Amino acid sequence: MKKLRLYLLEAIVLTLLVIYLYPFVIVTINSAKDAFSVTQYPMRLPENWAQLFVNMGTIWSSPNIRYASSFFSSLFITALSLVVVTFFPAQAGWVLVRTKTRTSQILFLLFVAAMVIPFQIVMFPLISWFRTIYQILGVRLLRTYFGMVLAYLGFGLSLSVFMYHGFIKSIPYELEEASIIDGCSMPQVFYRVIFPLLTPVHATIGILHGMWIWNDFLLPLLVLGKGNRIQTLPLAVANFAGAYVKQWDLILTAILMAMIPVLVFFFIAQKKIVKGMVAGSIK
Amino acid sequence: MSKFHKNSLTFWVFLAPVLFAFLMIVVVPFFVGAFYSLTDWNATARAGQGLSFVGFENFAKSFRDPGFLYSFLITTVYTIVNVAVVNIVAIAVALAVTSRLRFRNAYRMGFFIPYLIGGLILGYLWQFIFNNAIPAIGQGIGFLGGLADPENLILGKVPTAIMALVIVGSWQYAGYIMMIYVAAIEGVPQELFEAARIDGANSWQQCKTITVPMIAQAFTITMFLTMVNSFKQFDVNYSLTAGGPATVFMDQSIFGTELLAMNIYNTAFVGNDLAAGQARAVVFFVVLVIFSLVQVTYNKRKEMEM
Repeated sequence: MKKLRLYLLEAIVLTLLVIYLYPFVIVTINSAKDAFSVTQYPMRLPENWAQLFVNMGTIWSSPNIRYASSFFSSLFITALSLVVVTFFPAQAGWVLVRTKTRTSQILFLLFVAAMVIPFQIVMFPLISWFRTIYQILGVRLLRTYFGMVLAYLGFGLSLSVFMYHGFIKSIPYELEEASIIDGCSMPQVFYRVIFPLLTPVHATIGILHGMWIWNDFLLPLLVLGKGNRIQTLPLAVANFAGAYVKQWDLILTAILMAMIPVLVFFFIAQKKIVKGMVAGSIK
Repeated sequence: MSKFHKNSLTFWVFLAPVLFAFLMIVVVPFFVGAFYSLTDWNATARAGQGLSFVGFENFAKSFRDPGFLYSFLITTVYTIVNVAVVNIVAIAVALAVTSRLRFRNAYRMGFFIPYLIGGLILGYLWQFIFNNAIPAIGQGIGFLGGLADPENLILGKVPTAIMALVIVGSWQYAGYIMMIYVAAIEGVPQELFEAARIDGANSWQQCKTITVPMIAQAFTITMFLTMVNSFKQFDVNYSLTAGGPATVFMDQSIFGTELLAMNIYNTAFVGNDLAAGQARAVVFFVVLVIFSLVQVTYNKRKEMEM
């Protein structure tokens, strides 16, 4: 009886999962159809899978998508942002923990409080402020990688500082004392002793922020703008879907190609990803 | 030797990059934005020139605008329904995949997958499903024939289009929330269940008296995450419905599925009224802070009671 119920539950969950993931089947089968059969027979299997490669070729060389370039822009922005949004907040978190002053406490509170600020309230002034900086100092922040990465550091640092701060508090201070006695300077204590201990936090933050930055749409839309030489994959898909309205064979292929990198990455590192996302939420 | 009670040089050097970004990206725009919401700022004005102070006119104007009021209303509805659907689905699946199912790890990963893909991309995919795939199912299966009728397109009417937003939003987010529940459930000490079984409790009683109280802390987190996430929804809104179809509210024709984040965006960029968009963003921020504080305080108290 117990066994039977377990098998029944197994069957139900399996069926639900298949339905749940069916949208991914729909993208895949329809990416292998031509413009006519994609709208006429969206639920059928494609007649000729070779069409998939024809469609992918079209997307690859589409001037709206510029797949290779968009992919590398996405990758570059995500990677560089992750480096700065882990390294700098780790430094900051460490000095904030180890310095027992009023200033240090207030700064920490300010960083944490900023987590409640939604992007919507800063987005318009941010753009105008970036433009003002260009007019006054000549430093280009709009439509550049630099502006994009700086923005991700700004919006990502609160959570990062908070998490490093929490973790570093649990590292025994004796460890640092010992290295000071051995002749380490302050920065050396951080780079040689503390930083290597932070690996689990780097992983959590990397995954949490990495997912956000890779999939983000509104911030790149505002900072990089439309029709820019630099565009991320979500921008490229939106750009393409806007230009080729209802050409579902190609839009779905673009969607499929935008999903592939993330899915591949997930299948390589799934355990780490899930662990990181959950750890991040509980903090 | 104790810790440092003085702000050393290292303190400032190590903080400098983070402080710089914080000031540039968050602090300055935040205060400049608060100021702009009280002026007649628009797309052609440059900072510091030709701005005049209008007090709370932008706020008053927004609260008189049917589009904004309607947007507020449906965002609230969307948030409530989405929080309910996401959490019900997530907890049901979490309970299933923490039982002794053979492929439980594969199921967990499977339900998590939609969360990996950005809302923008998923919105386009679901637009195809609602506009093409579902009518095709209607054509193929007799008793679902109604689905094939162009009159019955899910994205064609306001109530069903909002429902579609909920479906896509929950579909994307439930897997993530499920993982948080899974972690919480697995953190419950097994001895408790053993003791309960010895005392003769059935699975439902075990769930009600052990699992739910033991994962109360997770509820605070998941409720907070789903609420904030739903309230800020933009990407799916942008790509799935783009605000459509149109509807009439307070005798004015407006977008039927324009959630607040999109209303703010459209006010500023489509309506070319940056000051009004900024004022709405300020309202959005205040509501979000109040919502979050009330929810977290309430759940924390509940947590204590359990």
